[in-house]
Amino acid sequence: MTTGDLLGKILQVVMGLAILAAVVGLLIFFIDKAPKKGRDYWQLAGFLLPAMLFVTVGLVYPAIRTSILAFQTSSGEWTMDNFIWTFTQPAAIRTLINTIIWVLIVPTLSTIIGLAYAVFIDKSRGEKYYKVVLFMPIAISFVGAGVIWRFVYEYRSGDREQIGLLNAIIVAFGGEPVQWMQTDPINTFLLIVVMIWIQTGFAMVLLSAAIKGVPTEQIEAAQLDGTNAWQRFINVTVPGIRGALVVVVTTISIATLKVFDIVRTMTAGNFNTSTIANEMYTQAFRASEIGRGSALALILFILVLPIVIYNVNVLRKQREIR
Amino acid sequence: MSSVAPADLPVGKDLGSIEAAEQVTYREDTKAGRVKKRLTSRTATIVSLIIAVLWTIPTFGLFLSSFRPAELIRTTGWWTYFANPGLTLENYSSVLFSTSSSSPQLGAYIVNSIAIALLGTLITLVFASMAAYAFAWIKFKWVNWLFIFVFALQIVPLQMALVPLLQIFSTWLRPMQAWLHDVVPIIPEQNYAPVWLAHAMFGLPLAIFLLHNFIAEIPGDVIEAARVDGATHGQVFFRIVLPLATPALASFAIFQFIWVWNDLLVALIFSGGTQDVAPLTQRLAELVGTRGQDWQLLTASAFISIVIPLIVFFSLQRYFVRGLLAGATKG
Repeated sequence: MTTGDLLGKILQVVMGLAILAAVVGLLIFFIDKAPKKGRDYWQLAGFLLPAMLFVTVGLVYPAIRTSILAFQTSSGEWTMDNFIWTFTQPAAIRTLINTIIWVLIVPTLSTIIGLAYAVFIDKSRGEKYYKVVLFMPIAISFVGAGVIWRFVYEYRSGDREQIGLLNAIIVAFGGEPVQWMQTDPINTFLLIVVMIWIQTGFAMVLLSAAIKGVPTEQIEAAQLDGTNAWQRFINVTVPGIRGALVVVVTTISIATLKVFDIVRTMTAGNFNTSTIANEMYTQAFRASEIGRGSALALILFILVLPIVIYNVNVLRKQREIR
Repeated sequence: MSSVAPADLPVGKDLGSIEAAEQVTYREDTKAGRVKKRLTSRTATIVSLIIAVLWTIPTFGLFLSSFRPAELIRTTGWWTYFANPGLTLENYSSVLFSTSSSSPQLGAYIVNSIAIALLGTLITLVFASMAAYAFAWIKFKWVNWLFIFVFALQIVPLQMALVPLLQIFSTWLRPMQAWLHDVVPIIPEQNYAPVWLAHAMFGLPLAIFLLHNFIAEIPGDVIEAARVDGATHGQVFFRIVLPLATPALASFAIFQFIWVWNDLLVALIFSGGTQDVAPLTQRLAELVGTRGQDWQLLTASAFISIVIPLIVFFSLQRYFVRGLLAGATKG
């Protein structure tokens, strides 16, 4: 990077700021000078204009366009080929299966580990530090996490000393080192571990907050009834945090369905590890198969939809109870 | 984008934050204290210790390795550090300052990440707060429907928008970028504009929703009084609403900053991949592809790319946790 490059970049940022300030300033100026007749309408329009413009150009129109592209060939004729390809090609089917494996395992394990951890450290000394440790990965980018775990999974051939922790442990117990990232199907599960590593902290923090909301009296009453810790947990704590559990599971499920960066960084979808989000990128932007990419995006949207609707319903019922 | 979870998450309340959880402490001599003692058995302590260690080891291994000489990284595991001691800043200086064409040259990408995250956050925040004010305080019937529609847009996955948006940008934005390059040659033809705009577009629905929740709670009397005194909507917005909404603005700003900083997908598609625009994450992903075995480069580069979010995480934890819980499924 030369000094000229740096100057150009700084200039861009300054110009960006200036344009933003100018746009906002002009808008507010005209809003305040709006004609008397229908003034409120004009003012409303002024405040909404930039956001609505952005949302329309960036989301509404593209989403509609993608839905159309999914049913077209590259020359614009209507077709179902993109979906037929998705559900018949072995590689594409494998992508769908992988996505299902991801979305079954990640939310389940993240929630279970996060919940167990939250219960175990609840009211213990140093709870704060315990929480920080588990929560930290969520600040790390998926790409950074990918590099961190690739290092753990690193493989050295022959008799060379293993520098990846996982293979080092295998060798220490007398096993043979494995090329983890290239070995199907274990590689998909090792990628899933990375996602669990990231998401467990989120589950833990939310569930921990919910656990603290369960009335102590209920726990004590159950204790007086002679129940053991496990019975108290299942019969008192879990029903008490049901709402939080639903939020955690659905939220992590949606994030998992869209997982892209981890797969991209660690295997680029090779060795049968691709998922829908990664395959969408590969098809649309690497293979220039716009139709197939759009079809995969649409499938992703359809998969996310029922989870969101369920989530909305649960939240609405909770509101009504309150 | 997001599920609807934000509505019910402890945003703005203290339940979600790590420090706040600490405030709910129980003294040993209370009943609760006794319950606690029996619940946290020895097994529980051991299990949580094991989980805590398992969660820390991968990051620690990367961190320690980034300071080890290349030769030692290549031949020995980082856990043999005491048998093979040796620390160096060589890896960092080579990924940051080396100008040879084969080295990562992260300097330019750090500048890019900062530039992208800065305006990617600011544009979203400014436009979202304006829209949130309109939705909350200017009353018309159909506005509610519009708000619900914007709220619903959160569920559209990024992937649905990428292809058409890229086409729009290359038709409309590209000529403007070329023109700007002609007028000001110092600004490359590939500039930040598409990445900034894309991040703002994708961030708006969640931002509007969260800020609206907060701005709508500002007491109506305050705003009515100002309006009666003759203040315009512009004045009310800048002098009353924005100052009062600062906590919500800060929470969302931190969340959006980290989200943009950590993003890979938007960068891959809209940055063009050169060191004129590409952020750290994209460079790191690229290095994994081309220099996958050069761990002395990868460890140092990865640590540089995660250090800013980690600093934000540790210094602004309360805001960070709030913002993050509210927007956990964005994207």
